[in-house]
Amino acid sequence: MLTIDRAIADAIIAHARRDHPDEACGVVAGPAGSDKPLRHIPMTNAERSTTFYRFDSMEQLKVWRQMDDLDEEPVIIYHSHTATEAYPSRTDISLAGEPGAHYVLVSTREPDTTEFRSFRIVDQQVTEEPVQVVDSDAVQTYMFGQTPTTVVYDC
Amino acid sequence: MAIEVRIPTILRSYTGGAKAVEGAGTTLSELLSNLDGQYNGLRGRLITEEGGLHRFVNIYVNDEDVRFTGALETKLADGDSVTILPAVAGGAFGFAAMAALASA
Repeated sequence: MLTIDRAIADAIIAHARRDHPDEACGVVAGPAGSDKPLRHIPMTNAERSTTFYRFDSMEQLKVWRQMDDLDEEPVIIYHSHTATEAYPSRTDISLAGEPGAHYVLVSTREPDTTEFRSFRIVDQQVTEEPVQVVDSDAVQTYMFGQTPTTVVYDC
Repeated sequence: MAIEVRIPTILRSYTGGAKAVEGAGTTLSELLSNLDGQYNGLRGRLITEEGGLHRFVNIYVNDEDVRFTGALETKLADGDSVTILPAVAGGAFGFAAMAALASA
């Protein structure tokens, strides 16, 4: 399961909306071993494409070094699909290189609602997982289901 | 000549879990051959069958992406630091197009 603060989930969605119709991508770092996505880092899509993304290699080096220095790891790696569903494509699966990360997919194909789903991709195998969005004050916790239920945000 | 090489999580199965290892060589190509001698199979994850750098692996010498410094012929010196990172890439792009791109 992915547990994520609402403010960070909202920031990811805002990034995806901002870059639409190009695909947006980024990382949420967290303390190594904690499984807590705490530091949102929007990345540049070096491809600037509606159907493909790739982190800029120099920006990636900088961000990965910074995570190393802070004893963090990429807890979430996210990107958007802008005309298709929020599910890993065969390209996403064949290129997934961080077995410990939650792969978050956001779809901005509908103007009024955003799909936000999370997956593990290990050895080319995709497993969807529930997403739990937690309010920062931790008073209310919402539990969202797994496939075929999709987390839908009203924007 | 010792060169520190930082290994990404996904390739640590080759290095017995080590995050950083040491290798030797005067070029990146030599270094990767040297590493392969210590960690069998590692080179094959970084180099294509045609002998070029894998398109979706980033290798840096100090602060430079080796794509811009001569790729496998990039010169190395004692004390250099090499970092290997899997490229973070993907997208809705279809697989057929992807395959065409990979072979281009």
